[in-house]
Amino acid sequence: MKFTKPILTTMALGLSATTSLADGHMASDMTLVSWGGAYQSSQINAYADPYVAMNPGVTITWDESSAEAVAKLRAMNEAGSITWDVVDVVAADALRLCDEGLAMEIDPDEILAPAPDGTSASDDFGDLLVGDCFIPQIVYSTTFGYRTDMVPAGVEAPNDICDVFDLETYPGMRALEQRPINNVEWALLCDGVAKEDVYDVLATEEGQEQALAKLDTIRDSVIWWSAGADTPQLLADGEVFMGSTYNGRLFAAIEEQGQPIGMMWDAQVFDLDGWIIPEGLSDERLARALDFIYFATDTQRLADQAKYISYGPARLSSAPLVGQHATLGIEMAQHMPTDPANAANTFLYNYEFWADYRDDIDAKFQAWLAQ
Amino acid sequence: MSDTTGSGPMLAADGRPLKESLGRALRRQKLRALALIAPLLFFVLLTFVIPIVSMLIRSVDNKIVENTLPGTVPALAAWDSTTQDLPSEDVYQNMFFDLFNASEARRHTRLGSRLNYETTGLASLFRTSGRNMDSIGEVFQDAIEDVDPRFEEGAFWFEMMNGAGGDAMLEMRRARWENLTEQDMSADIGFMPSQAIIEILPTTAAAYTDWAIWTVIDEEEVVSEEDPWEAVYAALAIDLRNPATGPALAAYKGPGAEALQTLAAADLPDLTFAQAFLDLDEDWADKEVWETIVVYSPNYTAGYFLNAVDAQLTPEGVSMRPDNQQLYIQLFIRTLQMSLIITGSCILLGYPIAWLLANLPVRTANVLMILVLLPFWTSLLVRTSAWKVLLQQQGVINEILVWLGFVDDANRLILMNNSTGTIIAMTHILLPFMILPLYSVMKTIPPSYLRAAKSLGATNWTAFWRVYFPQSVPGIGAGSILVFILAIGYYITPEIVGGTDGVFISNRIAYHISSSLNWGLAAALGTILLVLVMALYWCYDRIVGIDNVKLGG
Repeated sequence: MKFTKPILTTMALGLSATTSLADGHMASDMTLVSWGGAYQSSQINAYADPYVAMNPGVTITWDESSAEAVAKLRAMNEAGSITWDVVDVVAADALRLCDEGLAMEIDPDEILAPAPDGTSASDDFGDLLVGDCFIPQIVYSTTFGYRTDMVPAGVEAPNDICDVFDLETYPGMRALEQRPINNVEWALLCDGVAKEDVYDVLATEEGQEQALAKLDTIRDSVIWWSAGADTPQLLADGEVFMGSTYNGRLFAAIEEQGQPIGMMWDAQVFDLDGWIIPEGLSDERLARALDFIYFATDTQRLADQAKYISYGPARLSSAPLVGQHATLGIEMAQHMPTDPANAANTFLYNYEFWADYRDDIDAKFQAWLAQ
Repeated sequence: MSDTTGSGPMLAADGRPLKESLGRALRRQKLRALALIAPLLFFVLLTFVIPIVSMLIRSVDNKIVENTLPGTVPALAAWDSTTQDLPSEDVYQNMFFDLFNASEARRHTRLGSRLNYETTGLASLFRTSGRNMDSIGEVFQDAIEDVDPRFEEGAFWFEMMNGAGGDAMLEMRRARWENLTEQDMSADIGFMPSQAIIEILPTTAAAYTDWAIWTVIDEEEVVSEEDPWEAVYAALAIDLRNPATGPALAAYKGPGAEALQTLAAADLPDLTFAQAFLDLDEDWADKEVWETIVVYSPNYTAGYFLNAVDAQLTPEGVSMRPDNQQLYIQLFIRTLQMSLIITGSCILLGYPIAWLLANLPVRTANVLMILVLLPFWTSLLVRTSAWKVLLQQQGVINEILVWLGFVDDANRLILMNNSTGTIIAMTHILLPFMILPLYSVMKTIPPSYLRAAKSLGATNWTAFWRVYFPQSVPGIGAGSILVFILAIGYYITPEIVGGTDGVFISNRIAYHISSSLNWGLAAALGTILLVLVMALYWCYDRIVGIDNVKLGG
């Protein structure tokens, strides 16, 4: 009984979108929201340009507002006018939007293409389908990069997450994100907590204090960043020895700008980025959005995106299709966070945990920072 | 006495009394003046007054709890949270129907996020429980349909429930849906609860009406053609548990009477709703969950304001938050302190420049003026980023100091990502707001005064301090107000160069607006900031006197 109606309508629209492609039912303008920069370019190259080539007459407008998407969508919803059609957000924000009733619930098998071998979309995406509204696109990771020329003589380059907390062997500044997520997990991991217990410990008052106490040991050597571009810049300027950021940013600094930076994949935290469709679109706009989503998340398109940026495609079936970088000509597979050599020790962002504990731990984290 | 000549009131040229004529002319003038400022008034109202009022309302608004849990909130009023007992079965039953409806309308998660600001864990509790409400209903649905398969049919239900006299119930349930969804639910639904059924099976009638309204208005179906949702069966089971229902049903002769009588005689599952909730999640047996709902059930709450001053609402009253969560008072104090320091350094740096501007020959002064205005015209972000390049440890300033030998290479100065960085960058950015009013006031001080003072024997310093400075004070006042009020609400510069101990309260407001979505708390913080600024302005007026402030002339 529950949710039958939304699913039935999406099914009907999904079918009309994929089978008939009758433009009569679809809006010809579409506003896509993304992050700007190299990531948005990769989407334009891999999804939007081919889509417009297939559907001349469709105009796509980009809005670089993903960082404030949750707040803006809420404001649009309150004002009663949704101007966005498809929005690129990280999975945690998608969960939030879904909770707030601002994103449309989806049935992956109804609106997404199956894999070329016929595997259903829900199997192809697997566990990455977080929540009821999220359509995954890429897997990225938050991991550490370090200045190769600042490694002290006679010492091995840092290759363990706990090297971040080892100021004696690796003196120098660190760059960490100015929020508890990831930092407290790493802190606990390096304070003797087993990986499988991290969230159980973190759910307790003592565990939270333990994590902050561990962070306290390096506190004077930390520069806290808030934008993904900060760490690569700090590394390039030699302001920090090591710092956490998104793996694609480090890839760009190393391979495209040739900076003396090394990757430390240990204990990288996987996170997901993908699409949501805002709740409350008109039928024509929804039809267009679904048509675009169906195309942009198929196996080939996701693999294509990896030509432009070093983020792993969210579909299992896309992995074998990942080729060379479009301009640099290097094999991309080994730069993917999901590559077996890089993924020896990984975390997956615990969405449920952080949805619950984010406000609480963040309050404590900010109070700790302000002390 | 129509013809007034000598003793009557004076008349204007058109024969009306002069007083009236004058009043009319004045009124017309006032109206014209009002019409002239109308666009501005309208603009200010639209862009300033309305947003501020809506912010004030948002900082205390808490209707979401009662709108989402309209049955549970009154039922919980009877619960005494000081005892060890959990709420009664009645509360759990109401929570079932409230959550069932809310999850159909996808509002349960929104309430979960709201309550999660107060008690950690409620977001996922509401999310997962809301999703599972239909599984509780299914227990009863299966049992009832096993007893009599006619209960599987929508038409059978419709015949039984539809009738006349249930207007009050229909309107009440409609109002609840409207509160929940914030949408218009007034369309005709082609169903009217039967008064006879309402009297015998009140819970069932309410649940069926809820379903009927939703089915017609949201799902655009016809009531008689659809099978009711699980909550209706659960409601019927609840009604049949009532010992008074059996005898009442025996006397009932309306449609479905015989089926209902059979059902009343049959064995239905004796699952309590308290147990059903516990089976879903053991947190439903946690008193704290219910206490949070009770504390935050009023339509208006002081909770956000208390949070904004590091306090919290508990069932026992207001208390301070634990030390490790106190943040905002410290941030308010820091914001005020740093704004004062920035204002002070702007006065120190701006005064000599304004003096030069006012006293140099026009050509040199113009060049200097351009130097002041050029950064003023440059984008704020560009200037802040430039400071980043200058201030960082491998940056220009440190490099020069190390090269000159003032600073050891290993101990470079930490000039940013702390309060020093914020003060330096913001002083530079706000300096023109100090210089310009100072300059315009100094320009009006005749140079002859200084010359006169000196010719009367004053030293340079006395002439300046006793004659020139007092006349420039209004400029300092104007500049200080401008700089201080701008500084107190600054956001982007502290964010970029402030690190952790150089950020302002506005950075937390931004965080709550865009990341945590706790708009109520953001509104409360904003309101406090507004009140602080107004209070300081009032103090300033009392001490310095706002008449002594001049922006020029």
